[in-house]
Amino acid sequence: MASALLESLLDAPIPAAGTAPAEPRAAARARLAREGLPGARDEAWKYTSLRALAQRRFTDGDCGALARAVDARRCGVPGIEGPRLVFVNGVFRADLSDLPVQAGLSILRLGEQPAAFDAALRARSNSAASEDAFALLNTALAVDGVLLRVAGGARVERPVQLVFAGAPAESDVAWHLRLRIEMGESSALQVIEQHVDAEMNAHLANRVLDAEIAAGARLELLQLQTAAADASVMRTSRFALDEGALLSMHAVETGARLARHALAIDLRGRGARFVARGVFALQGRQHADTQLAVVHAARDTASDVAWRGVADQRARGVFRGAITVAAGADGADAQLSSRNLLLSAEAEIDTQPVLEIHADEVKAAHGATVGQLDERALFYLRSRGLPLAEARRLLVAAFCGAVLGDLPPLQRAAADAALATRVPMLESAA
Amino acid sequence: MLKIHDLHVRAGGHEILKGLSLSVKAGEVHAIMGPNGAGKSTLGNVLAGREGYEVTSGTVEYEGRDLLALAPEERAAAGVFLAFQYPVEIPGVNNTYFLRAALNAQRRRRGEAELDSMQFLKRVREKLAVLHLKDDLLHRAVNEGFSGGEKKRNEIFQLALLEPKLAILDETDSGLDIDALKMVADGVNAMRDAQRAFVVITHYQRLLDYIVPDFVHVLADGRIVESGDRTLALKLEEHGYAWIAGREPAGAG
Repeated sequence: MASALLESLLDAPIPAAGTAPAEPRAAARARLAREGLPGARDEAWKYTSLRALAQRRFTDGDCGALARAVDARRCGVPGIEGPRLVFVNGVFRADLSDLPVQAGLSILRLGEQPAAFDAALRARSNSAASEDAFALLNTALAVDGVLLRVAGGARVERPVQLVFAGAPAESDVAWHLRLRIEMGESSALQVIEQHVDAEMNAHLANRVLDAEIAAGARLELLQLQTAAADASVMRTSRFALDEGALLSMHAVETGARLARHALAIDLRGRGARFVARGVFALQGRQHADTQLAVVHAARDTASDVAWRGVADQRARGVFRGAITVAAGADGADAQLSSRNLLLSAEAEIDTQPVLEIHADEVKAAHGATVGQLDERALFYLRSRGLPLAEARRLLVAAFCGAVLGDLPPLQRAAADAALATRVPMLESAA
Repeated sequence: MLKIHDLHVRAGGHEILKGLSLSVKAGEVHAIMGPNGAGKSTLGNVLAGREGYEVTSGTVEYEGRDLLALAPEERAAAGVFLAFQYPVEIPGVNNTYFLRAALNAQRRRRGEAELDSMQFLKRVREKLAVLHLKDDLLHRAVNEGFSGGEKKRNEIFQLALLEPKLAILDETDSGLDIDALKMVADGVNAMRDAQRAFVVITHYQRLLDYIVPDFVHVLADGRIVESGDRTLALKLEEHGYAWIAGREPAGAG
């Protein structure tokens, strides 16, 4: 698909030498020039049209980002101390960030570390994951990012918070950030990723995360996406897990006009485990697409995915959960459930669980439902005096909250607050 | 308090109530008895405002207002309470949170001050004590995983907490063992006073040994066909519902 979007971004000069290596960038550019943006015929983009986005022009990066006013209180989860890196329109803001020393953890800004940046762009954690147009665009254009490196055996005490804030600028900005997490054997790390927008903007955020989780290591990831209603948020997340490693993630997505998150999890070490709990809640004309691909490549690996979606008004949600159990990955246990709620006749949710099993001894279960609020429950609540709107909100909040039950209190409060942007009244319903 | 006149109701393509009339004054306890399919639950649901029931003719006046014109939550705030025959399980909604939200929503609508969490908990403790209930039901999701008996007790707990003026008990006795039945009856009896009325819908006379009604009505084929005092319930117990078959509709009780 020819696009104003690619033209506007790729015709700009290649980022200055010294910030990042030229070779992977040139290759990514060449592929983008050849292939363009994916269209409706591309299976992975079947339910998410890029037509409107492709016709828009963006400025690559925001040269005024250092001066943008951002509400510091919205940057980070209230009550959680520890390292916090804040990027505004893709630009690191030291004034809003906090980098206390944490034993066993090093935090590097890729923009300042050409060698590490080079490695981050070349090494993809998950070779099975397809490199889509936005990941390529990120490779071509990212000028900064973060590398979190945890030493073997280190259990980092406080969560690292990565905050991506959007702020109005003179034009619509596209920003590209690269994130990389390298965890040594038997290490432990918590990461909280937030996409927040203090005010209205129509920027395009595009971030790529690669994470290598070594044997016995444990990564806990909380992602809260509450970007502005006109923003676009494109995310690629790739994880590789070695023997006995654990990735536990919670995701809440309520922001952006167009959001897409492609997650690829490679359970390549024996006994590696992936546990994911996610929820999206959409309204207006929002569109959010989650593409989750889990590969069980080794014996006794486990994945447990429970995703929920709510769409109101004319919103559209897409969830694709693809689980592949490779030949030889006996003893794999794969559980996937996708439950969805439509709050209006015009809302739409497309959910597609896909199981592909090439091994013999496998436990696998998947299920997907799309339904409406339970009329009996609504009447019950109303018969006790709750107004219809409040009864609906209570039921929706309970539906969403069901996948957030095992978060610690501060994280839970932040997740509830993120949901409350779309489902008011959520506070303490549970 | 409640005047039902010549009520006709259709549901699922059938006429269920066919000219039901009933008058209830404050302080009275009316029992509605009848065989399965007579329209007992329809009556409770129509009074509480459940969707799916079409009132084709007749009127329901509650404290001088047209009850049928009110939304379910407006009826609740006006003091109407239905104890459900099948209370609904609502996973993820904490019972205490729900009850406080419900009570405060009613109070807001009535122009009364909301209760803060301390005031609310005090009231909860009082009611639990009166009903001899354990407080573990407060910490659970609404009816989730409750046994049949626990669900019914939770209904009576809600009744006690919300203090309605008109309480309709829809087969609250069904599926209860004798101890649970007594507890439910104790709860109801503790709330009887000159300002409050009860409509007790039941299939069996048994409950009426414990909640002694002022009036007993027999509902058959969508109409009240016989009204009397509590001895009517005993007669029914003795002769069965076949006894009332073929009788002409009685006047309003």
